[in-house]
Amino acid sequence: MNFKQVILSTLKYLSLLLGVVFALLPLVVVFFSSLKTGEEMANTSPLDPPGNWFNFRNYLRAFLEGNMLTGFLNTAFILAVSIAGATLMGAMIAYVLHRFNFRGKTLLTGAFLLAALIPGVTTQVATFQIINALGLFNTHWAAILLYMGTDIISVYIFLQFLENIPVSLDEAAMLDGASYITIFRKIIFPLLKPAIVTVLIVKGVAIYNDFYTPFLYMPKTELQTISTALFKFKGPYGSQWEVISAGIMIAIIPTLIAFLSLQKYIYNGFTQGSVK
Amino acid sequence: MLRFSNLSYKTQRKLIIIAFSIIPVALLITFSYLPVLNMFGYSLTDWNGISKQKDFVGLENYKVFFTNPKYYSVFKVSLYYFVASFVQLGLALYFATLLSFNVKFKNFFKGVLFFPYLINGVAIGFIFLLFFRPDGTLDTLLRWLGLGDYIQLWLGNPDIINISLSGTSIWRYMGFNFIIFLGAISSIPRDLYEAAELDGANRWQQFTHIILPSIKQIIQLNLILSVSGSISVFEIPYIMTGGSNGSNTFVIQTVDLAFKYGKFGLASAMAVILLIIVVVVTLIQKKLVREEA
Repeated sequence: MNFKQVILSTLKYLSLLLGVVFALLPLVVVFFSSLKTGEEMANTSPLDPPGNWFNFRNYLRAFLEGNMLTGFLNTAFILAVSIAGATLMGAMIAYVLHRFNFRGKTLLTGAFLLAALIPGVTTQVATFQIINALGLFNTHWAAILLYMGTDIISVYIFLQFLENIPVSLDEAAMLDGASYITIFRKIIFPLLKPAIVTVLIVKGVAIYNDFYTPFLYMPKTELQTISTALFKFKGPYGSQWEVISAGIMIAIIPTLIAFLSLQKYIYNGFTQGSVK
Repeated sequence: MLRFSNLSYKTQRKLIIIAFSIIPVALLITFSYLPVLNMFGYSLTDWNGISKQKDFVGLENYKVFFTNPKYYSVFKVSLYYFVASFVQLGLALYFATLLSFNVKFKNFFKGVLFFPYLINGVAIGFIFLLFFRPDGTLDTLLRWLGLGDYIQLWLGNPDIINISLSGTSIWRYMGFNFIIFLGAISSIPRDLYEAAELDGANRWQQFTHIILPSIKQIIQLNLILSVSGSISVFEIPYIMTGGSNGSNTFVIQTVDLAFKYGKFGLASAMAVILLIIVVVVTLIQKKLVREEA
């Protein structure tokens, strides 16, 4: 290696390290704070590590006083139902739109694709009235229906993947006398597995982290999700940063575990899910 | 007994088309198209969102928005986020390019740079409140580096608040663009680089002549999406500042007008304007992409 290459290589790693420091520093500080006592928090610099690495008192307080268990249960329920619904319905409508020719098909496909142009955040004001009129305000179903109903992305992803499942497979099954339902159940749905994983990940991350929907549509305390439970720390714990930090860590840890164990799929999910 | 598989394929086909599409279509209409339609309607009234009475006021709400600086100045805040999105895309492209070649600990770097994107938005809001507060992380860091004189009230000074907030937004979303770019770059055939290297092209030349042209579309797409993205900013400023100190964004204002002040008509008019901007921008992007392809 000549001199120039050494310099370039050093710069390369230096910039990567700088990126890592910027990405991690805010998180490390929160982690440190979550293990500090209130007094430590007031008297030490944010970059100082905690005196006792096993001081989990703040975690206990955040978890219990912040009702975070309720948050986890609600998030898990909403997540499970809306993802199951979104994948099943997405696959069904994509199957119909891709494999059959019928009157109004172009119109229907167009309607689904056009809806992708409407960002949910813009129509919230009017959507709220509809949820209210349906009597769903302050129920789980407000969030569930919104996550399922506005899920054009999964239809998009399924349509793309169906493109790669040869029609001859359907035809072969029909020669064996399989019904369309059997074809969907035994051939299409299983073969859509990579698409389902993609939808699962992209959608799962979005729902777990969504703040807007639960905040607006389910303000009742018993219905709070992880996001809204965390948001509630803002008032009463305004200055108790050690407790808030523990709350933050509690919300992040499941994401971290999921990320570390599913890294490969998560990367693929995002590249496949969002480019189109 | 009547079994589905005993029906003729023609009947089956009819049944399945109806059965498989009825719920998705109902949801699509209820939660995508009906709100848009209603919103146009509300925007022409003085409705407060609750009372039975709605008076038709024509384009009055639109006039109010565009003539009152209190309302339209939110566009200025969008500019901060728009500029920040260039920084964000630049960084993302830089790191994606670096990590597409041989680097030690590649997966570690990839993971760390991408991870912030997966973090809960409320958590990020709090993390950066802690980061920016007086004597917080940033101030301590600046003192360490001997830059203590530059310490500011990061979230208290209206001249700086939007820079702090859009910085937070870069931290949050850079990883997303990074992963998209990384995916796009990895689909470039390896032998192109080898051929270029044989021709004596250095890394910079490989970047400008192979990588950039190959992922031009994705870059363009991200650039254009950043226009609509910077107008629809909501979470970070809402959680961190509630829109105070001049950090009010378009969406925060819309939500506040509707749900806090009961100005449903005006809020709907703003939402319609936002929708039109986003749709126009997206259509331009689609057209550009199609022309390229």
